[in-house]
Amino acid sequence: MARPTLRSTSGYRSWILLTTLPALLFAAGTQGQDDSTPVTEELKQANHTACLHCHSKKYFSFVNAMTEDSVKKRMCDTYVITPEKYYRSNHKTFSCADCHDAAFEVYPHDPELRLTPKYECLDCHGGDEYWADYKFEEIYAEYEESVHAGLYDNGFSCWSCHDPHEYHISARNTENIKATIAYDNAICLSCHGNIDKYQLVTAQENPDIMTSHSWLPNQSLHFSSVRCLECHTEVNDNILVAHKILPGDKAVKNCVECHSSESRLLETLYRFEKKEKRSQFGFYNGVLVNENSYVIGANRNIFLNVASIVIFGFTLLAIFIHIVLRLISKKK
Amino acid sequence: MSGKLYLYPGSIRIWHLLNAVLIIGLIITGVSLQYAAKDPILLPFRVSITWHNIFGVLLSFNYALYLIAGFVTGNFRFYIIRQPRFWHRLFRQARYYAFGVFRGEEHPFHVSETEKFNPLQKISYWFVMFIFMPIVIVTGWGLLYPDLVAHVIFGVSGLHVTDIVHIIAGFILSIFLVVHIYLCTVGMKWGDAIKTISTGYHHPLNDD
Repeated sequence: MARPTLRSTSGYRSWILLTTLPALLFAAGTQGQDDSTPVTEELKQANHTACLHCHSKKYFSFVNAMTEDSVKKRMCDTYVITPEKYYRSNHKTFSCADCHDAAFEVYPHDPELRLTPKYECLDCHGGDEYWADYKFEEIYAEYEESVHAGLYDNGFSCWSCHDPHEYHISARNTENIKATIAYDNAICLSCHGNIDKYQLVTAQENPDIMTSHSWLPNQSLHFSSVRCLECHTEVNDNILVAHKILPGDKAVKNCVECHSSESRLLETLYRFEKKEKRSQFGFYNGVLVNENSYVIGANRNIFLNVASIVIFGFTLLAIFIHIVLRLISKKK
Repeated sequence: MSGKLYLYPGSIRIWHLLNAVLIIGLIITGVSLQYAAKDPILLPFRVSITWHNIFGVLLSFNYALYLIAGFVTGNFRFYIIRQPRFWHRLFRQARYYAFGVFRGEEHPFHVSETEKFNPLQKISYWFVMFIFMPIVIVTGWGLLYPDLVAHVIFGVSGLHVTDIVHIIAGFILSIFLVVHIYLCTVGMKWGDAIKTISTGYHHPLNDD
């Protein structure tokens, strides 16, 4: 049976363009974490002409050489790359061939290519002084202690949460906390709110998040004001974001972990904004006081505290003096 | 006993008792929430928030009952600030508490079936029941259902503003409670006010 051939305006020879990419990658490869790194039009053009020509769409088409029919097929979701998301991701300056086997340049792809092992985070980020500050090895060690580590044999990996084609650093690159919360929680919900993806890595029944969190007062407010990570990780000051994901029964359920003047939110969600304990208006954990949040118990105001104690104290003192004077006047 | 006045019918006494219990409960749980810590000063956070919500809802219904009954039975007539010379009488009442009570002066106000409250009681009850109680109840419901609160007020979280107003109003009510309880012992024999609000009967002869 003859193999189908790519129907493209430029033909499969355009894949040859990929040979020009290593030079671009050499210049950009080590700067993948830097949001300010521009993506060149040449790279975009090369990627698009090559892989994204098909992989940016939800379908692909080809001519069946045997029947000479034009065939249109649905692209598997996991193979669809959204260029807009890719070019704002941490890996935006990479070309496809930088991570994927060069043999993918040939279309139709050899079916066996899908069995080739994929890179993992440490393959690039581990053992490299350039990335030392990010402590990827420690992150991986934390991950290996997490509830997700046991799913490795089922295909769970860094990529399960951090899609290399879309993932971008959110928490420390934005002042929009709400956007960070939504972005990070969407990562968790991509499995925990999607039974199809959830069952790819486990045979367990996907717990209904609303039911399993029914103990949480003001559930929707919590879900939109903090990330799942705030309660479902162990705080680790050594790494930028804790990766030891805790199972439900070991997650934080003690309200005062957040709702107190020593709120753990300062070590988690707000750790990149933590500058001082009190703001200029005297609120404890002042960084938590903004347009988006207010945490009962964590944001009490030092001036109001002092004023209330003084007023209450004077009230009791006045009553005490009044009682004493009444007793004295009665004796007379 | 001759001269005793039946001022507080059973319904008002039950309402007052419930109001007192709920407000004391709200103060204890509210302070626990405000000063939440891993080692709680009064009650654990979870217990406090659960009971604060329950007490708050009950207080709201009790207050609604008070409003309805006040209109229906005409009980609000006792809160009406009557002229002439209200401010003068108010000053006399305050002066009595500040000085007169130590000199054995006669109480400037005499309870009657038409005037239950002295001018100081009237004005303080008026502020408490028609200003601070509505504030604390409305803001309390806002905190119970945060989605109802404006997202941003004056550039900060609407919840934050709501909570600050709630706390300040709650604090004023707690100060009122302390002063209210104490002043009930002034101008009459110790414990007589408790007897009056328990039995409904006021004994003018017991006036100090």
